[in-house]
Amino acid sequence: MKKNGLFSRLFMGLVFLFLYAPIFVLIVFSFNATKSRTVWGGFSLDWYAKLFQNTQIMGALYTTLLVSVIAAAIATIAGTAAAIGFYSMKRRPRTLCLSVNNIPMTNADIVTGVSLMLLFVFAGRFLPFKQGFATLLIAHITFDIPYVILSVLPKLRQLDANIYEAAQDLGATGFLAFRKVVLPEIMPGVLNGMLIAFTMSIDDFVISYFTAGSQTSTLAMVIYSMTRRKISPEINALSTLMFLVVLALLLVINIRQANQDKAAKKKADKLAAPGSAALLDTQK
Amino acid sequence: MAKELIRLSDIVMKFDDEVIIDHLNLYINDKEFLTLLGPSGCGKTTTLRIIGGFQTPTSGDVFFDGVRINDVPPHKRKVNTVFQKYALFTHMNIFENVAFGLRIQKLPADEVHRRVEEALALVNLAGYGKRSVNSLSGGQQQRVAIARAIVNRPQVLLLDEPLGALDLKLRKDMQIELKRIQQQVGITFIYVTHDQEEALTMSDTVVVMNEGKIQQIGSPEDIYNEPKNAFVADFIGESNIIDGTMPEDRVVRMYGRNFPCLDEGFAPGESVDIVIRPEDIDIVPVAEGQLTGTVTEVTFKGMHYDIIVDFRGFKWLIQTTDYSPVGAKIGVKIDPDGFHIMKKSRYSGQFGDYSSYSDEYDELNEDPDTEVDGDEE
Amino acid sequence: MRSKRNQILAVPYVVWMAVFVVVPLLLIVVYAFTTKDGSFTLANFSTMNQYLGVFGNSFFLALVATAICILLGYPLAYFLARSGHRMKGVAMMLIMLPMWMNFLLRTYSWMSLLEDTGLINRLLQSIRFFDLWNGIFGTNIEFFHMINTPGAVVLGMVYNFLPFMVLPIFSVIEKIDSRVIEAAQDLGANSRRVFQKVVFPLSLPGVLSGITMVFIPSVSTFVITKLLGGGMTMMLGDLIEMQFLGAAYNPHLGSAISLVMMIVVLICMAVMNRFGEGEEEAMLL
Repeated sequence: MKKNGLFSRLFMGLVFLFLYAPIFVLIVFSFNATKSRTVWGGFSLDWYAKLFQNTQIMGALYTTLLVSVIAAAIATIAGTAAAIGFYSMKRRPRTLCLSVNNIPMTNADIVTGVSLMLLFVFAGRFLPFKQGFATLLIAHITFDIPYVILSVLPKLRQLDANIYEAAQDLGATGFLAFRKVVLPEIMPGVLNGMLIAFTMSIDDFVISYFTAGSQTSTLAMVIYSMTRRKISPEINALSTLMFLVVLALLLVINIRQANQDKAAKKKADKLAAPGSAALLDTQK
Repeated sequence: MAKELIRLSDIVMKFDDEVIIDHLNLYINDKEFLTLLGPSGCGKTTTLRIIGGFQTPTSGDVFFDGVRINDVPPHKRKVNTVFQKYALFTHMNIFENVAFGLRIQKLPADEVHRRVEEALALVNLAGYGKRSVNSLSGGQQQRVAIARAIVNRPQVLLLDEPLGALDLKLRKDMQIELKRIQQQVGITFIYVTHDQEEALTMSDTVVVMNEGKIQQIGSPEDIYNEPKNAFVADFIGESNIIDGTMPEDRVVRMYGRNFPCLDEGFAPGESVDIVIRPEDIDIVPVAEGQLTGTVTEVTFKGMHYDIIVDFRGFKWLIQTTDYSPVGAKIGVKIDPDGFHIMKKSRYSGQFGDYSSYSDEYDELNEDPDTEVDGDEE
Repeated sequence: MRSKRNQILAVPYVVWMAVFVVVPLLLIVVYAFTTKDGSFTLANFSTMNQYLGVFGNSFFLALVATAICILLGYPLAYFLARSGHRMKGVAMMLIMLPMWMNFLLRTYSWMSLLEDTGLINRLLQSIRFFDLWNGIFGTNIEFFHMINTPGAVVLGMVYNFLPFMVLPIFSVIEKIDSRVIEAAQDLGANSRRVFQKVVFPLSLPGVLSGITMVFIPSVSTFVITKLLGGGMTMMLGDLIEMQFLGAAYNPHLGSAISLVMMIVVLICMAVMNRFGEGEEEAMLL
């Protein structure tokens, strides 16, 4: 394929401008000295200082991180186990399970949210509990697991069918064979699934909104309640910080990846030089 | 040599009512190189997996050194396996792959080191320990898989079509090397393949299987020279199989005339299958021939010609170094030891006619990867 | 790994799915067909008549947003797929990055841009754009009214869901075997024909899954309308939210609306998927 021309570069530039303009505005106004979100009143770090004293925001941040970490952890373990279970099933039950598994992902968030809310209200008639952190956590686990499964299943499919048996053959018990051989091989999928699950949890507003009850609030819920009045620039400050953390993480990952690629390439070049046994083997 | 090590007694294996192994009985001696040979789906891989402990037979018993081991899990059997596509652990380097079994046994580090290096040297991969699995060629990965199994000093090594993924030249080299390794370490090898040449080259004993049943057990020479039925005759090498009768001992009758042969012990007049190998047929002038036919096809094969000759509607394959043009009338002569007489079996009439010559050849060159054996899911 | 015994590993999650996915959906069905005191009724559906406008509005705006997403997202994905290795990595990161910022905030930020006294209007004023405009068109305006219009809502949807269109299309185009394209060229197709006859048909599964991933959240949104539509544009999401947590509390009607929305969406998807197979794979990215 030929390289991109001027038009396509311009087009890409404009789309990225569209994607980043609001984020840029958000970051700039987090350093604004006044409360306005359209008029620049001078540089200040006031909002960053106030952010850490705002108990409502910090509390919501804590709830968000807590629910995301716990939900992602549980979803990772349960999802990996379930993926292995699905993988072991025969075709028909597996197709059925995967279809049900897909529901929370394809369904509109609001439907998932209200349906869980109905369940919690309904169950509240028989069981002594109120909607709060526990129901929030259940909801998050429910919509996190499908992403873990979808990320682990392809890795299981790629796995050499005999690898688990090979480990057992060499003396490992079933669980040890899983831990020493299968788990490391599917680890990229597991980690990827965990990352997606964590992101989904952090980012979620709609489902949390319907399942957290009136006492518990995630960050997104606090922001939503603020938008009804006026968003305090402290939130801008918090978003800027989160944005920078994520940006830094992604950069680190990207750079490491690039270095690994380079190293792998170097190694491959080295290996291309004929070794003693490489002469014996004609097949590459 | 004659000490019995493994015995399979009346093994039946079913998957969802489909019979994969049908009342199989087999014993395997210590230090023997035994090959399970047969086409796709004949049950050979399943048999191997039963010995390895990956599958439990529906009925029947497996004995190891006289002890019933049906319920012993794979990790407790003194048997190691070289898998079809090697099943190497890609997240470990070569050394760690080979060391895996020893580490599980929690052996001291220096012993692990010594034995891994020994095993790598045995398979000609000394100094490759630090490399990653993916940097090796197919043949090298194959050697790692062998080293990884052998380092545990099993009494039996199971090999499931280990050369299937290699190209022809490399396969021939590895056949010789495998035989060398087996003699060097002095343990039993049980080898599964669908490649008859591989089986004949390496084995002490060949077990020909089809449809879950053993068709014949014997030395490579026995199997080739004295096939028990039309299936074996056809599967091992090329065979012309002709309907005939045995009027008396050492006389066989076909095409309305008698030929001297070496076989005996059949009821007078019993109808039989007659196997004549293509290389046992001499082409002679028409006048001197025991039979005469017409050449219908000639293919140059390098060392010889494959010619197809029509004998009254039944086509024979003859391998000869003498060229005969298509349409030529030729005579043939078969020495008494060129005839192999087999009792009639359920395979009679299915094999050994070269009327559809080219198809027959395609079938033999079938892709090795299509082994099914019913162990999916 | 694939053994009968391992199937039991799926049991806990199957139970979990039954309780927290299947039962809640059944509850929606039950609520939709009952009254407050639990007797069977179809009234929830008949009262929905008055909301036909909202249905129409929602589907129309979501459709417009989806169409714009294709128009912007397809070329972007196509150009990206043709970029160099390095550029691809950076661009993918740039597309994913905004998703890490809470969408409420990003949407809220658009308010600063779009308001009558917002940043865009100020920028245009500062370069005397409106003087020029008034001069040409003989009008007398000092700003563009953008916020609190259906257009702003569509913009919010496009902004939030564009990455969901770009990613599946990108991953499908990127996987197209370059030899297929070379074969088409070899057989005499020019670059335009190659795109028409080869690249575009092969990328359709990505487009289909992109449509699903943009249309469903668009049609059911209730936040974007509140922020950028100023509550003037009512969509299905708003309507449902009102029935469950809002002033109009009536979960039975809310369930009925959700049910109808789900069914309409399902029918749309089923019809659409008849045009393209292999959509599931693209969903996996």
